[in-house]
Amino acid sequence: MEFLYDIPVIGMVIQFVVYFIVQLPVLAPTIMAAAVPIILGALCGFMNERSGVVNIGIEGMMLTAAFVAWWTAAIAAQVLPDLSIGIMGITLPLLVGLALAILAAMAVSAIHAWLSISVRADQIISGTIINIFAVGITGYLNLLISQHSPPSAGQFQDLRLPSALLGIPVIGTLLNSLIAVGPIALSMLISVIVLQVLLFRSRWGLRTRSVGEHPKAAETVGIDVIKLRYRNVILGGIFAGLAGAYLTIEFGNAFQGEMTAGRGFIALAALIFGRWTPVGAFGAALLFYASIGLQRSIQFAPPEGALGDFLATLPPQFYSALPYIITIIVLTGVVGRSVAPAAVGRPYERESKAA
Amino acid sequence: MTAAAATAPKPSLWRRAWDLSLLPAIAIGLALIFGAVLMILSSPLLGGFNLFLPITAYKALVEGSVGSLNSIVNTLVNATPLVLAGLAVGIGFKGGLFNIGGYGQFLLGALCATIAAIALNDASPWVAIPVAVIAGMLGGMFWGFIPGFLKAFTGAHEVVTTIMLNFVAVYLVSYVISGPLRGTGPEVTFARTDTFVAAELPIIIGRNGHLGLLFAAVAVPLAWWLLFRSTTGFEIRTAGASPDAARYAGMRPRWLIVLTMSICGMLAGLAGTVEWLGEVGYGQAFYGTTVGFDAIAVALLGRANPVGILFSALLFGAMQAGAGQMQAQAGIPPQMIAILQAVILFFLAAETVVRRVLRVRTAGTGVGTELQTVSRSYGEQATR
Repeated sequence: MEFLYDIPVIGMVIQFVVYFIVQLPVLAPTIMAAAVPIILGALCGFMNERSGVVNIGIEGMMLTAAFVAWWTAAIAAQVLPDLSIGIMGITLPLLVGLALAILAAMAVSAIHAWLSISVRADQIISGTIINIFAVGITGYLNLLISQHSPPSAGQFQDLRLPSALLGIPVIGTLLNSLIAVGPIALSMLISVIVLQVLLFRSRWGLRTRSVGEHPKAAETVGIDVIKLRYRNVILGGIFAGLAGAYLTIEFGNAFQGEMTAGRGFIALAALIFGRWTPVGAFGAALLFYASIGLQRSIQFAPPEGALGDFLATLPPQFYSALPYIITIIVLTGVVGRSVAPAAVGRPYERESKAA
Repeated sequence: MTAAAATAPKPSLWRRAWDLSLLPAIAIGLALIFGAVLMILSSPLLGGFNLFLPITAYKALVEGSVGSLNSIVNTLVNATPLVLAGLAVGIGFKGGLFNIGGYGQFLLGALCATIAAIALNDASPWVAIPVAVIAGMLGGMFWGFIPGFLKAFTGAHEVVTTIMLNFVAVYLVSYVISGPLRGTGPEVTFARTDTFVAAELPIIIGRNGHLGLLFAAVAVPLAWWLLFRSTTGFEIRTAGASPDAARYAGMRPRWLIVLTMSICGMLAGLAGTVEWLGEVGYGQAFYGTTVGFDAIAVALLGRANPVGILFSALLFGAMQAGAGQMQAQAGIPPQMIAILQAVILFFLAAETVVRRVLRVRTAGTGVGTELQTVSRSYGEQATR
């Protein structure tokens, strides 16, 4: 195999692919852990944009949920008994935090729905309002409670699988990164599959797609465009809630101001790169973080020869910026075009009302 | 516009000012009430329920922003990047474009100005300042040109491309300043450049009122002239109100998109330039600023009109300047400013509802038609 590496250019590509495959078992769990909130955020965007509502407020919804999950779980831990069901570190306070985070994100989504569907305000502005408000309110409360902040309620744990299972090559790696994870990450995996099937195989999916592509036609066959959009946007909040809660009660156990750090926008990028499908967004998020994970492994275990020399010249920031650059390229249609649902961003006005 | 409205005599300047500013004033008032309620509700966390906390807080906010010469200058310094970045969003609105890339253009402008400033650190200020400022404007212009070009010729929507370019700019700045441009002086204790010597903008008023204030003051009438008195501005506004009409009238909407985005980028780049050359004094690898999003709030509150943008930037600048004093005297975290901004925007966005509930009857808004062009375009990537 090594002799192939001497071929100019192609050799380097082959070596790169081999290197990546060799490193993958080590990287996979970290890539997955970083990608979970992105995928969940993208699912929120998916629910919005497929039904014709732009959502750039995912970032703010996630941040709100992250704060609510952490804070309410901490308070619940002080007043409620610390009941535990014994797997994945699930305790009553954490469940309370999770539920309230989801509700909070759904409430924010409801405001977004009201502004963009009923008021027919510009949807980008609505998203901007959510982002600014979330940074403000979470930072404000976080600073106010910092003096008498209750101790953290802890975090969910990864599912434990027997080590014999994890020892199997390939399957073990897959199990380790996909199944041996916390409850929110597991729910993400299930949601991706379920939503993908529902979108293309159910009545709801067909209706959602028609409302996102051609609401007028949908209305003429008796679909209530307004109601469906409301429902999808508010349900989309569930995923933003899960994404936020993941950051403060599963991946970590503390809240910091502006801790989402642009994840809501990467989620948007993943959604676009994944062509507005759940599985596509899943793949896109993994690819994005593979690029960042790769940067770390190049730091610690650089490949040999010309490839190593070449990769060493690329600054770490290059790998971080890569997802965004790829998204722009995909949007321009140079390699494989990504096309938005046709009615996205347009408030719908009923025929009877307009006449 | 109905025939009656078209033939009616032109309303007086005062009447128009009243029409334009009534709803923003209502939105500001409602936001202040919202903020007051929030402060009262959160007062138990600040050591006891206090019904008068909002009065203490707002008083400190006003004192901190206009209470003395230094605080007035501070307000102006805070308003300067908001004016420039606000124009960068507002001119975009007029051209039917939504520029969310203010942050990236700000950073690119700051970065290019920094490169020039470090290269010319031993030169005379008479050379270094103009070169650095022009470099910054060109840098921002380039970062605005990219999404403009992509939108015009590939259909990639500017909302998404500008958001993505914001992040690319963050990493580009981080690379250049923590790598090749990292300073060597003793003051360099984190990832930053050496202190600007020649290109630092001179102080013209008060403790920290730098030359950049003048740039903002000049940019407002220039932008007004460009939009309302020049042929290019007429074309930009026509393309914003109706791209089809512009095409039938023989204008070239594609080039107008590229031109508009480049002008927007240039202004946001200038905002970054004056902020780093005048206020910060060196280049920073990690510069968190909300100016890009604040600029959207400024442009909307100012109804995308340069004069309106000036006033709303002054308001937000004043709030930022007074936030410190509000925290010192009333214990209210400075994040309250972001909350107020968001709530102001909320009531502006829900304008139709506010009108209905409060029975406000004034002339139409300044940004309505252009924003319709903007929101209609999100799904149009498919058809190009």
